[in-house]
Amino acid sequence: MDYKALKLIASSNPHIRNNEDTRSIMLDVIIALCPALAWSIYRFGFRALLAAAVSVGSAMCWEWLYRKALKKPQTLGDLSAAVTGLLLSMVCPVTLPYWMLVLGNFFAIVVVKQLYGGLGKNFMNPALAGRAALVACYASQMTSWIDPNAGWAPLNLHGADVVTAATPMAMIGEDFAGLTATYSVSDMFIGFVGGSAGEISSMMLLIGGLYLIFRKVISWHIPVAYIGSVALLALIFPHGNDPVQYMLYSLFGGGLMLGAFFMATDYVTSPVTKKGQLIFGVGCGLITVFIRTFGSFPEGVCYSILLMNCTVWIIDKHVKPTRFGVVKEAAKK
Amino acid sequence: MAKAFFGGVHPNDMKAATNEKAIEQLAPPKQVIIPMSQHFGAPCTPTVQKGDHVKIGQKIGEFKGLGAPIHASVSGTVVAVEPRPYSMGGNVMSVVIDNDFQDEISEEVVAPANPDMLSVEEMIEIVKNAGIVGMGGATFPTHVKIAGGIGQVDTVIINGAECEPYITGDHRAMLERPEQIVGGCCYLAKMFGVDKVIIGVEMNKQNGIDSLNRTIAERKAPVVVQPLHTRYPQGGEKQLCQAITGKQVPPGGLPSAIGCAVFNINSVCSIYKAMTTGMPVVRKVVTVSGSGVVEPKNIECPIGTPVSVVLDACGGLKDGTFKLIAGGPMMGMAQYTTDISVTKGMGALLAFAGDENKTSDNPTCIRCGRCVEACPMHLEPLYLYMYVQKKRIDELNAANIMDCMECGACAYICPGRLHLTQSFKAGKQMVKDDAMKKKAAAEAEKAAAEKKGA
Repeated sequence: MDYKALKLIASSNPHIRNNEDTRSIMLDVIIALCPALAWSIYRFGFRALLAAAVSVGSAMCWEWLYRKALKKPQTLGDLSAAVTGLLLSMVCPVTLPYWMLVLGNFFAIVVVKQLYGGLGKNFMNPALAGRAALVACYASQMTSWIDPNAGWAPLNLHGADVVTAATPMAMIGEDFAGLTATYSVSDMFIGFVGGSAGEISSMMLLIGGLYLIFRKVISWHIPVAYIGSVALLALIFPHGNDPVQYMLYSLFGGGLMLGAFFMATDYVTSPVTKKGQLIFGVGCGLITVFIRTFGSFPEGVCYSILLMNCTVWIIDKHVKPTRFGVVKEAAKK
Repeated sequence: MAKAFFGGVHPNDMKAATNEKAIEQLAPPKQVIIPMSQHFGAPCTPTVQKGDHVKIGQKIGEFKGLGAPIHASVSGTVVAVEPRPYSMGGNVMSVVIDNDFQDEISEEVVAPANPDMLSVEEMIEIVKNAGIVGMGGATFPTHVKIAGGIGQVDTVIINGAECEPYITGDHRAMLERPEQIVGGCCYLAKMFGVDKVIIGVEMNKQNGIDSLNRTIAERKAPVVVQPLHTRYPQGGEKQLCQAITGKQVPPGGLPSAIGCAVFNINSVCSIYKAMTTGMPVVRKVVTVSGSGVVEPKNIECPIGTPVSVVLDACGGLKDGTFKLIAGGPMMGMAQYTTDISVTKGMGALLAFAGDENKTSDNPTCIRCGRCVEACPMHLEPLYLYMYVQKKRIDELNAANIMDCMECGACAYICPGRLHLTQSFKAGKQMVKDDAMKKKAAAEAEKAAAEKKGA
């Protein structure tokens, strides 16, 4: 046989690659968010779905526009902008006007992500930074919650009509007895409470989080360190008479599950070593509890993760794998 | 209990295409092209000229310094001594022999009268004259490893991990030639003066493990088989030592630093052949596989057989073949031509025509940390990559880039499709160049200072 006509590529090893790529990872994150999104639609009505669609769409538009304007290669295919948009819609109240979501996505995608160099270069989680910006600009809209117990409203397209109510996180510090009287632990776990669009059902988020761990998209280190340290602090410094009950309300209330499984595990803004990830998770847990206990905000997940995002470089600088062939004692010297 | 090292990746092993096919003898080729560089070290000097008649086993290349001699693999006439393309890239001086199909054995090939009575020095001399090198691909001269290791080494390890996907030559040798492997191990045990030799085999070759154990039991040989987890790069020399002894080779060191010596299965078979028959390394088992090969096979052929002949014996290549690799898919060298020939270190010949070439137009690091987890040398490939991009020599040194063994695990696992291994090759060269430059500058300064003083 004549082999002269072959066009051979003489590239460097390795010559095979794993099937998993950035796009498939982002797709897995979107799949993992679906149970929580479905619950949100069930509880808040189709407005939750519309808000998610507007948010995803605007996130992708901003990314496309920015890269078009700067004549950079388009990166919508990696789906990272879609994930950011979806996450942002899930950490905002379902009643938030659409144009505010569009604005929040501008901050998330253009200011936080693209201005720092795009995917992989941002030092803060874009969705959480977008939420923080919205809280700073539109504090009242970002903290008014509809009461999900005002009636089952799957077709409710005008969520704003519904009575507003305090969320569990607003009650847990000031009126824990009132909270336990209003919602049972199972209400909290399954998601019959008020709160941001995507964070109310710990159960659905846990299903999504376990899916991500099962698919090896994330490892257990950050969620376990984060949730574990919050649980431990709740057990040590409880409100009321039953520490375990207080701990469960602390875990299932607010954005902890969404934060621990989907936000803190963001690759770009978390440490690369497993040891560093444990430190990062514990740091998130500590700051969350401090803000919840001593801060003026009822909820601390968002800011704790953003603050820890800023420490990632220093964690990565100091927590490195032990060099191969160097015995531990020798490495310490 | 199976043992393992830290890190690594789990590529699909793709061995089913050839692991049940017996090693096939290739019909004698019309011509062989034997490169003079088939070992780690400077190329050999040819000892024959155009027109000379040579016989199988006759020495045709002599080494100087670190190296191993090269022998004629067929009998016939030398038709050219000239540079030819070879599998490690570029051209190298080669001896081209036209086969006369007489299969005459050279007078130089003499079987030792009583192989079991040889002294250690005599055995090392035989290994040296047989041109045996590390036939897993590193091609380090075996006699140097033995001579240098005696006295330091208390653990002799045989590398039967065969962790690269596709390759099944060692597996077949375990099934078809266990007596050669076990016999070779016995000679190694004698040379090193150890009471047992350990063969590490990945658990995806259970029948190979069984076959070796049967032979060991029959011979009551001082050999044990250690099953290993199936994980790339289990067969990396340092990883194998780590898995079996629990000890890590110090940075920049050799396995002998922790009392280990590692030999490839093929090299062990060659030791056995040299001790019992006096025949040097003139043949090699090559796994021909991959989506571009019509009929994948394990083929044994004379060293120097043109790969086009080997490919023809496997039904040729499919249309659309875009890659030809000498070696495994993780560490092998991609070839730009089929004019190369089989060498001592070539364990496989792979051709790809499918979707193996997964690249991205816009490779982007998403800091997922998979490379950090995969690196068997405990490096942080994502940071090394960044430093190479920015040509930061000091940072590269501080991040221990020279520890990188270019195994490709990080690039394999990278979801951002970064060209990690490729950039580390460039980075290591940068570090070496920089060190040379600094050394030259220091010497020039010193010379200038001396001149001033005088």
